[in-house]
Amino acid sequence: MHPIRKKRLTIVLFLVAGIAIAVGLTTYALRQNINLFYDPTQISAGEAPVDVRIRAGGMVEEGSVIRDPNSLKVEFRVTDFNASVPVEYVGILPDLFAEGQGVVAMGQLNGQGRFVADQVLAKHDENYMPPEVADALAKSAKNGQQPSKAGDAPAY
Amino acid sequence: MWQIFHKLGSPKWFFGIATRLMPWLLAGGVLLMMAGIVWGLGFAPKDYLQGNSYRIIFIHVPTAFLAQSVYIMMAVAAVVTLVWRMKLADVFVKAVAPVGLVLTFLALFTGAVWGKPTWGTWWIWDARLTSMLILLFLYGGVIALDRAINDEKSAARAVAVLVLVGVVNIPIIKYSVEWWNTLHQPATFKLTEKPTMPAEMWVPLLLSVLGLYLVFGWLACLRMQTEILVREQRTRWVREHVMAGRT
Amino acid sequence: MAFESLAAFLSMDGHGPYVWTCYGAFFVLMAVMMVWSVRRRRAVIESCRRRYESLESRDVGATTRAAATFTRVNVSQD
Repeated sequence: MHPIRKKRLTIVLFLVAGIAIAVGLTTYALRQNINLFYDPTQISAGEAPVDVRIRAGGMVEEGSVIRDPNSLKVEFRVTDFNASVPVEYVGILPDLFAEGQGVVAMGQLNGQGRFVADQVLAKHDENYMPPEVADALAKSAKNGQQPSKAGDAPAY
Repeated sequence: MWQIFHKLGSPKWFFGIATRLMPWLLAGGVLLMMAGIVWGLGFAPKDYLQGNSYRIIFIHVPTAFLAQSVYIMMAVAAVVTLVWRMKLADVFVKAVAPVGLVLTFLALFTGAVWGKPTWGTWWIWDARLTSMLILLFLYGGVIALDRAINDEKSAARAVAVLVLVGVVNIPIIKYSVEWWNTLHQPATFKLTEKPTMPAEMWVPLLLSVLGLYLVFGWLACLRMQTEILVREQRTRWVREHVMAGRT
Repeated sequence: MAFESLAAFLSMDGHGPYVWTCYGAFFVLMAVMMVWSVRRRRAVIESCRRRYESLESRDVGATTRAAATFTRVNVSQD
């Protein structure tokens, strides 16, 4: 290669590497702000601020959803399989909201460690399958076998 | 080896190759896209969780995929512009930037329309969505910067530097869903792993991705030819080419 | 076929508006992009052709120009 071109190439590579390092350090420093939500482990460890609008995300714990029969009030626990946080919310839930599904809730953590949400969004995972396959998986899980996909990772 | 490389940079040589390739690219691309979309819309089974709204994936993923690929191609061309001063590389960047802009917009738009029924919101400032919005602005910036500088050579260099600065955004888009907590789910298609969907869903998706690649190839050839005609209009071969097409 | 009828296909279990909005936007924008690119190419070729022709006629017409201006009167006839 021509020496001038070699020199230009070196400059270009240094330029890209320099910017990558700068952006990498910035995003590393700001990682808590880039994270969309706190997970239940962080919240129960006291990392999330109290009485400030934050988001909490995780999976709706199986069997934890309590719907108030007279109003739109819902209580449920959000878990990441290490810790769980109680959430209360008044309003219409998204269609995909269900036990065992991922959610991201926006609201405030009160002094008692309860999360009072004013918006609940559904979070789904990257697994797509036809309804029949999902039924078959659920059936085999009930029979004591491990489901092949959903079981091996917390998919929230 | 370098001789072949320099021959590749000859606008006249490229013009001829492009003319021969274009019909195949267009026909193949439209055919594959149509097959993928018809299969995906009408024949693929619905998703157990999202029902039929997931069918948006058959255009959301191709546009988002292409939007990032096009930017990577532009970054490679930018290196070639800066190091080898090859005219054709700069022609490529200028010809495809508007296409990238449209594809990024479509990825964001279809994502928003898909987000409403599934997540419950059109937009959220999570890392994936925000970095994709930055990609849209980068494409816009490249087009604007090119228009703002009159001198062809300085425009080429300035645009190439901007494209290279922006390329750090690409790994951020790709890994945002793994590095940070986001509302957006991780990728369904990965190069190294099996897709997280059954074949009757991922085959049509793959078809429409490949189809869109070919359509993009056609658009790139066509727009590069236009740019070459504008730039080389004083040369003998362009004159001969244009006058030969006169009826 | 994943749907029983055309109506079911169009409504997509209530998700129809979302799905069709996306596909509509995709096809419209792609078509506009493609048509615009073809038209621009045609316009560029056309403008090049006109330039070359005017150059040609200037080269050829250099000797006949005096006569031409003499016979052709560029004054309105009314």
